[in-house]
Amino acid sequence: MEKVDVIIVGGGLAGLSCAYELADSGMTVLVLERGDFSGSKNVTGGRIYLRPILPYLPDIWEQAPLERHVTKEVFTAMGKTNSTTFEFYSERFNQEPYPSYTILRAKFDRWFADLVTEKGGFVIPQKTVDDLIRENGKVIGVKSGDEEIGADCVVAADGILSFLTEKAGLRKPFQPQHFALGFKEVIQLDSKTIEDRFRLSENEGAAQLFFGALTRGIMGGGFLYTNKDSLSLGLVVGLHSLNRKEPREEIYKLLDQFKERPEIKILVKGGEVVEYSAHLITEGGINNMPRLYTDGMLVVGDAAGLGLNMLATVRGMEYAIVSGVLAARAIKGAKERNDFSASSLVEYEKLLNDSFILKEMNTFKNTLAVLENERLFTKYPQVICDLFEKVMWVDENPKEGIYKTKMAELKKHFFNIETFKDWLMFRKI
Amino acid sequence: MKITEKLALDAFKNDKETHILLDQKICHTCKERFCIYSCPANLYSLNEKGEMVVEFAGCLECGTCMIACIYGSVKWKYPRSEYGVQYRFG
Repeated sequence: MEKVDVIIVGGGLAGLSCAYELADSGMTVLVLERGDFSGSKNVTGGRIYLRPILPYLPDIWEQAPLERHVTKEVFTAMGKTNSTTFEFYSERFNQEPYPSYTILRAKFDRWFADLVTEKGGFVIPQKTVDDLIRENGKVIGVKSGDEEIGADCVVAADGILSFLTEKAGLRKPFQPQHFALGFKEVIQLDSKTIEDRFRLSENEGAAQLFFGALTRGIMGGGFLYTNKDSLSLGLVVGLHSLNRKEPREEIYKLLDQFKERPEIKILVKGGEVVEYSAHLITEGGINNMPRLYTDGMLVVGDAAGLGLNMLATVRGMEYAIVSGVLAARAIKGAKERNDFSASSLVEYEKLLNDSFILKEMNTFKNTLAVLENERLFTKYPQVICDLFEKVMWVDENPKEGIYKTKMAELKKHFFNIETFKDWLMFRKI
Repeated sequence: MKITEKLALDAFKNDKETHILLDQKICHTCKERFCIYSCPANLYSLNEKGEMVVEFAGCLECGTCMIACIYGSVKWKYPRSEYGVQYRFG
């Protein structure tokens, strides 16, 4: 069996960051990517926040093929036939280094893989890893088809479905409540039209999140990100909530119905759909992560359950990159000690615990429970919209005072025990 | 836009053998049909004999069906090296 120092399974953000950090360490690093190229199996909403990453991976971003830096944050509560939008702009978001960018993964990861190769790592595409090779319980390599390759350390960067952590006995069986499905269309539209339509200056981007009637009571929401010359428009739905939905309806239809909304129709008008994609998102939080290491193996990124839905912001790619870098650091330490046993690789968990990643995951450990409250996706968005509609509506009848209208509505919907309980719950995040 | 038209926009390299296997015994006793409702590519359906079938060729490789089917009927693995969907935008 041929042997290298480190095998990284999966050439996504976590795997590539790990490889990049290791590439000039003198170790032989092999990234096995199952797609035709890195990024070809990856999907994001999406946007990436750079500032958390910069201290760990500072030097690659100048040339990076990112889309637009986000200066405009838009939130839309959707009722059945109405919607309320809140828009936020900050000059601070428009100063370099820009805090976040929209991103298309097939472009970005492919470029990043080339960077890893230039630095001395090996990224081998079209290699699906089928199994681990173990000896006395220790992971000593991987199998891909008929091929076997040995390594001192295997890094499972094989994404959210990580079959390797399952094979290594590091995770529990999957449960629908710990996952959400994201699916989207990429809609091509020229950059000038995007800038005019979203009122953006050149290279500036908008990120819009939608909650309410669009998901028909299912936990989740919609998203729209402006790329350079395309829009990413999609939905995210919790699998557990989707499984329970009545009356039942095929989920893919919800995106078409969303696109039929007048509010969305005008935004995508004249655009050409060029791709349809889907990917799972981890919702399990800190309490449902797999074990992060065993003898001869580490787990990074989505495979490690590193991802967080913080309602207003959705995180995952930063965690992937930084966990990859931290795994690389732990591997360098293990190499110095010449010890790749679990008791040596535990260093990785310590580094993660000390980083912003696990601190954030701990802070937001209760979001999942809060999100399970269906009223967040049904009642509240509808109430907000109906309230505005009442205030704005003028007809032949004498209009009631605004305060009277509002108070009556507010009392009806918010001064009740249910809402009080929701508020108590909400304080947990 | 029909879902089949959307899938036709994606680049697929299809294997001859499926990467999704169903346990008909389990499917036979299932009432909810989680797979049908959760697959974003609409690949699941019942055939004339009332058996659950899945059209693996348009699979977006999200793995949703495997997790949504709480009865464990869906045996799902990644397509073999070189096959499956190849996203150009992602």
